[in-house]
Amino acid sequence: MSATLTPGTLRGVKPATATRPVEKRWERLAPYGYVAPFYVLFLVFGLFPLLFTFYVALFDWNPIGDKTFVGLENFRLLAEDPRFWNALRNTFSIWIISTVPQLIIALILAQVLNSAFLRFANFFRMAMLLPYITSVAATAIVFAQIFNRDYGLLNWFLELLGFEHIDFMSSAAGSHVLISVMVIWRWFGYNTLLYLASLQAVPRDLYEAAAVDGAGPVKQFFHITLPSLRPVIVFTVIMSTIGGLQIFTEPLLLSNGTLTCGTARQCQTLSLFLFEQGFGSFKFGYGSAVGVALFAIIVVVAFVNFLLSSRLGRKG
Amino acid sequence: MATTIDPRRQDDLRPPAPRTRRRRGIVRVRWYTYLVLALAAAACIFPVYWMFVVSSVGSEAATQLPPRVVPGGNFLDLLRLVFETVPFVRSLINSFIVAALIAVGQAFLCSLAGFAFAKMTFRGRDALFLVLVLTMTVPAQLAVIPQYMIMSQLGWVDTLQALVVPGLVSAFGIFWMRQHISATISDELLQAARMDGANSWQIFARIAFPVVRPAAAVLGLLGFVNAWNDFLWPFIVLKSPDMYTAQIAIKALQSNISVDLGLAMAGSFLVTIPLLVMFAFFGKQMVSGIMDGAFKG
Repeated sequence: MSATLTPGTLRGVKPATATRPVEKRWERLAPYGYVAPFYVLFLVFGLFPLLFTFYVALFDWNPIGDKTFVGLENFRLLAEDPRFWNALRNTFSIWIISTVPQLIIALILAQVLNSAFLRFANFFRMAMLLPYITSVAATAIVFAQIFNRDYGLLNWFLELLGFEHIDFMSSAAGSHVLISVMVIWRWFGYNTLLYLASLQAVPRDLYEAAAVDGAGPVKQFFHITLPSLRPVIVFTVIMSTIGGLQIFTEPLLLSNGTLTCGTARQCQTLSLFLFEQGFGSFKFGYGSAVGVALFAIIVVVAFVNFLLSSRLGRKG
Repeated sequence: MATTIDPRRQDDLRPPAPRTRRRRGIVRVRWYTYLVLALAAAACIFPVYWMFVVSSVGSEAATQLPPRVVPGGNFLDLLRLVFETVPFVRSLINSFIVAALIAVGQAFLCSLAGFAFAKMTFRGRDALFLVLVLTMTVPAQLAVIPQYMIMSQLGWVDTLQALVVPGLVSAFGIFWMRQHISATISDELLQAARMDGANSWQIFARIAFPVVRPAAAVLGLLGFVNAWNDFLWPFIVLKSPDMYTAQIAIKALQSNISVDLGLAMAGSFLVTIPLLVMFAFFGKQMVSGIMDGAFKG
């Protein structure tokens, strides 16, 4: 069967010869109409605002619309602004503390969930997706309470073990840990399911052959599992980079809704700093400069991560 | 070749391949397998369960040590107080409107575009699809300032369409529906329809969409969940308490110092209930939906 693939026709399907010319033209345009809504919305609410951020960053711009061109002045101020460097440090710290354990936990759990003859498999999968369907706003209050200095469950437990109470939100390290715990809680199950889906597609014969050749579970993990999961690992690493570096809601809500995330800005992330400048101090230009800087950082880090994670499990 | 649609497949979201995968599983079940999984499941469930415990007792349960794990009977009383403190009914209705419209929009528009990418040939298709995949990596959130300026130009600040319109269709959803349509609908079936004189819209509406409706429904559910839980954008664009979505309302409730902790927890739990109900009915489908959307080796 040799169907001619003309524009606007169904794949492998000859257009009915009876169609009239007008109808034919509509049929040719139809697929563009079907995909158009996405591209229109993305242009208006995604790409254009992103490009416009670069433009606004060159101005002193307030919400009423008064603007003065200042060139790269906003970026010079940004480079000298200790609040920016502080936010950058916090962002990276929270991103690393939350991403690395999250993906390792997910990898281990996916391996365990992939066990042969596992009972209650559906229950475990559903349980792990539960955090994903709850909102940050609703669960932030629970986490704040569990980690509370005086009456928190965790500090009660630490006391039982003979440790001192920890005031998590008052220090940089503590607040970063608390924020990361919440991020890990929300996302590890989701990533587990992605890894599990990939694991199930690995042919079992590979493992059987490896076992025959005398490869133990650890060797199998590094020589079969990890290389097979490479595409999904690259995907999750890139996605948690893009998401993690833009983190906003967790630090905001765990610090009672303060844009500085604590009096000493101990957990203010770049997104919070952007928001504070743009919508707290109404400096649209300076806030956009933060956005541009964050964009550049995300592009570089995502690219480096892509290079690193695509080497995973590849020998030599 | 006869092109009948396998009726089983309509209720099953998985593409046909997994059928042969019954003998999956490499690692043997060991004694610690269930221990590890039970700990992980408990960690996932406990915060949500404990939110309910505090909501059903009152603030004293939040500070009680050792922790209280048995629910009390005050949930409805606390809820009544929540409704008296903030315009919560209005917020819940707003959230329902936004999330439902986004769910319907995504289920329909993503299926339609996914159909075009999977089953139609047109100039620039592959390039457009590559662009679509790349847009998933665009960190759009850092453009909030111009996004706000656009909404302000459109006169949409403090309106619900500012939340609905940008969320009506997503790159992820199109990608996902394309996978499903490619995997479940045969070219022969479409060819038969085309021979009968059906145009592409009729083929989509009468053949393709009915077959992938379960997948579209799961996509709609995921869209509902994300829209219901969204915080940052509504937080920026909604100004008056009457326009608040449920998430913004509980933030207002939580940061009000005069509001007691039990009350704030009750509000937070209330906002979670619709999702828990949905999850109880369709959780299994959502799990397989997420797993089907994943990369497979």
